Amino acid sequence: MRVSSYSRLRDVSYFGSLVLFAVTVMLACSPRANALPAFARKYGLRCSACHESWPMLNYFGQKFKDNGYQLMNDRDAPIWQNPSYWPVTFRITPIWHRVSTGKVMVDTYGSNGAGGSVVTGSTLQRVSNSGFDISGLDFHTGGTLEKNISFYVLPSSNNAAQFHFETVMGRLDNLFGSSWLNVKLGKFELDNLLSEKRILTLTGNGGIYQLYHFRPQGDGNVFGQMGDNQLGLEVMGHSWNDRTRYSAALLSSVDGQVGLPYGSNAYSGFFTFSQAFDTGKAGVQRIGAYAFVGEAPTNWLTQTGPNGATVIPGAVGNKSFSREGFVGQFYFGQHVDLQVVTQHGQDSVWFGQGYGDFIDGVASGNNTTGTTLAAGAQAPSWNGVLVEPHYIYSPQLIFIGRFETIRMSQQSTPGTASNFGNISTYTIGYRYNPFMTSRAGFAWHNEYNWLHQDGTAPDGTNLNTSELLMGFDFDF
Amino acid sequence: MQRNNLRKWSSVFGAAAVVAFAMPSSAQQTKYDFETRMNIESHVGNITGHAKDAKPDYRRYCVGCHGELGDGNGENFPWVDPKPRNFQLGVFKCRSTPTGTLPTDQDLFDSIGRGFDRSNMPQWSTFTKQERTDLVAWVKHFSPRWVGEKPGTPITIPPEPEVTPERIKAGREVFARVQCWKCHGVLGQGDGPSAATLTDDLGRPIAPFNFAEGARPKCGDTDKDIYRIFMTGLDGTPMPSFADNIKPDEAWDLVFYLRTLMSQHSKEKAMAKQLGLKPVDPNAPAGQQ
Ligand code: HEC
Ligand code: HEC
Repeated sequence: MRVSSYSRLRDVSYFGSLVLFAVTVMLACSPRANALPAFARKYGLRCSACHESWPMLNYFGQKFKDNGYQLMNDRDAPIWQNPSYWPVTFRITPIWHRVSTGKVMVDTYGSNGAGGSVVTGSTLQRVSNSGFDISGLDFHTGGTLEKNISFYVLPSSNNAAQFHFETVMGRLDNLFGSSWLNVKLGKFELDNLLSEKRILTLTGNGGIYQLYHFRPQGDGNVFGQMGDNQLGLEVMGHSWNDRTRYSAALLSSVDGQVGLPYGSNAYSGFFTFSQAFDTGKAGVQRIGAYAFVGEAPTNWLTQTGPNGATVIPGAVGNKSFSREGFVGQFYFGQHVDLQVVTQHGQDSVWFGQGYGDFIDGVASGNNTTGTTLAAGAQAPSWNGVLVEPHYIYSPQLIFIGRFETIRMSQQSTPGTASNFGNISTYTIGYRYNPFMTSRAGFAWHNEYNWLHQDGTAPDGTNLNTSELLMGFDFDF
Repeated sequence: MQRNNLRKWSSVFGAAAVVAFAMPSSAQQTKYDFETRMNIESHVGNITGHAKDAKPDYRRYCVGCHGELGDGNGENFPWVDPKPRNFQLGVFKCRSTPTGTLPTDQDLFDSIGRGFDRSNMPQWSTFTKQERTDLVAWVKHFSPRWVGEKPGTPITIPPEPEVTPERIKAGREVFARVQCWKCHGVLGQGDGPSAATLTDDLGRPIAPFNFAEGARPKCGDTDKDIYRIFMTGLDGTPMPSFADNIKPDEAWDLVFYLRTLMSQHSKEKAMAKQLGLKPVDPNAPAGQQ
C-alpha cells in the first residue's frame, strides 16, 4: 500500500514538474521586466530601479531606504500625491514544494495474526513529501507621513492567515538637515546590508540566512538572531550618495516579542559601518562590519508559570552574547555580483547549557539563585561564512547561488563531538520576471536547497535535507 | 516567435507614431538609426564613456520614463508631469553652453547626478563616474544632432565678486530692466503677469520658478549655477537666455539680487533687509526703480 501510493506520488510530481517546465517555457517566450510597487507607483520608477531583483535592493534602492523612503526631491511629501493614493503593497506566493528529509524515525508494522497490523518498532528512513502550498501574506505599507518623517507597517501572516506585526516603525529623517542623523523607533529589521527580509530565495532552509539564526545544539539563546526583526531605537546616518554609512541600535533583548519581558530587563546593541568604493566599470564595491552585542535573561521569576507560581525573589540572570563579522558586496560589471557575510559568534556558558529561552518556553533550565553549571561547561563559539553569487542576465532574469557553512569552534558541554551542529547548505535558483513595469511585480521562481547538519539525526548521525520549490511570487 | 516579433514591431511603430504626432518637427528615429550611432563616446574628466556599455543600466533605471526609443514615451509618460525628456530631439534644459547649442558631456553628467527637482527625474548619484559617463553617451546616441554638431562652447563666467549692498541694488535694477518679473513676479513667486500663459515646447503649461518657495533650481543651486541658468536659458522652455541683454558683471549683481528673493538664509537676504529693499515697481520709468 505505502509503496504504491509513494510511486503514484512520484508520478504526480513528475507530471507536475513537466507542467511547470512547460509554464516556464511559455513565460520565457512572452514579451518583456518588474518592488514595493507602492513606491514604484508613487515615483514612476520600475521595480528594477531600486531592486537588483525584487525584493533584494540595489545600491539606488538602499540609498532610497536610507533616506527614509525618499528620493530627496519635492515629490517625497504625501501632500504631493493624489489624495486617493495609499501606499499599500501585498505579497504572496503560491508554490509547489518538495521536502526530503534524510532520517526520520517512523513506525514499523507487522501482522497481528488476525488480518490487522500492529506497531512492531521504529526505524529511520528518508521521508519525502511534495504538494502545492501557499506562503503567508505580507501586507506592506510604508513611505512618508510628511517630508522627512517616514513610517513602515507590515502585518504579516503565516500560511493559515494568522497575523503578527513583522515591522512597525516611525523614523525622523535628516535631523538638523543632515543625512548623518536619522532616528528610527519601533520594531524593525536590523541594519543588515545583506537583508534577510529581502532574500531572493523561498524554501524553508534556503529562504533564511542560516548565519542570521544559528544556535549551537542545546543552546538557549534565542535572542541573538540578527535575522529576526527587533524592537528598539536605531540611529543611522550616511553620506549624501550613501557611500559611507553607519548605524547603532539599542534593542530590547526579547527577540522582537512585544510586551515588556516578565521580570527581567535586558538590552543589546547592533552596530554597523560600511564604506563603498567607485571602481569604474566594475561598479560600486562595499565593505563593512557589524557587531551584535548584548545581554539576555536566563531566568524567570515564577517556577511553574503565571498560575500557582512560586516567586523567586531577586533572581537576576542576564548573560552576554555577541555576533560580529564582515560584509562585502562585490560587483563585477552589470551582470555578476557576489555577496559575502562572515560571522564569529559567542554565547555565555549559561546559554550554552540551555538556559535562556523562556520566550518559547523550552529552556531546559532556569538560572535561579543557587543554580550552578555542570563541571567543565564552556561558552560556546562558532565561525561561519555566507557566499551568495548572482548572475543578472537582465533586470528580468536573475540566477542565484548560495553557500553557507557554520563550524563550531568550542562546544559548551565537554565531551561533545567538535563538529556537532555544524551546518553546510547550498541553494541554487532563478527568478524570472516576465514583465517589468512601475506598477506590480511578478516572478516565476525555481529553487533547490540542500542542507547538511552534523550529528543531528535521531540516531546521532548526520542529517541531510533537500527542498525543491517553484511557484509564482507576486506583489502589487 | 512570430507573434512576438509582430508585437515588437507594432510597439516600435506605435511609439514612433506617437513621437511623430507629438513632435511634428522631429524626424522619426528607429532602432536601426540608434545602432549606427552606438559607437558614440562621451568624455568627462579623464573618463571615456561608451554608449553600448550603458544599455543594461538604461534598461534597468531609465526606460520606464524615457522609453526604449529615448523619446520620453516610457510607460510612465501619461502619469508624469513635466514629461520625461525626449532624447531624440537633442534639446536640453541644463547647459553651460549658449542657448540653441548642444550641452557638453559634463553638463549631461551633472544633470543625471543632480536630478530634476519638481519633476520625477531622480538624483542618480549612486553610479560610478564611469557608469554615469557611459549613460551620457547613451543619451547622446538617441539624437542625430550629436553626429553633425559639436556641443556649444561653454560661456565664460568671470570670478564671483564680493557681495555689497550696491551690487544688490544694481541687481534689482537689472531684474526690473530685463523684466524677469513678467514671468517670475516682482517678489519672485512665479506669479508675474505672463506666468499663466506660458507653455513649453511640447505645448504643455509650465510654471516659472518660484524663488520664495524654498525649491532647488533644476540646473543647480550654487551662485555659479544660477548665473549660468539665465545666461544660457533653459532650452525647450520659455525661460530665455539673457546673454545678449545682461553684461557679465551685471549678471553677478542679478545673482545676488535673486538670493534676496529666495527663502533660504543668505548674506544677501540680510543685506536686503538692512537696506529696506522693496520689490521692483513694474510701472516705474526706466532707470528709476
Ligand atoms: C521617473 C521618471 C524618470 C526616470 C526613471 C528617469 N528620468 Fe530622466 N527625466 C525625467 C523627467 C520628467 C525629465 C524632465 C525634467 C524636467 O524637464 O524638468 C528628465 C530629464 C532628463 C534629462 C534631461 C536633462 C536636461 O538638461 O534637459 C536627462 C539627461 C535624463 N533625464 C537622463 C536620465 C537617465 C540617464 C536616467 C536613468 C539613469 C533617467 N533620466 C531616468 C524622468 C525620469
Ligand atoms: C518668458 C518668461 C520668463 C522670463 C522673462 C524669465 N523667466 Fe526664468 N523661468 C521661466 C520658466 C517658465 C521657468 C521654469 C523652467 C522649468 O521649470 O523648466 C524659469 C526658471 C527660472 C529659474 C530656475 C531654473 C531652474 O534650473 O530650475 C531661474 C533661476 C530663473 N528662471 C531666473 C530668471 C531670471 C533671472 C530672469 C530675468 C533675467 C528670468 N528668469 C526671466 C520663465 C521666465
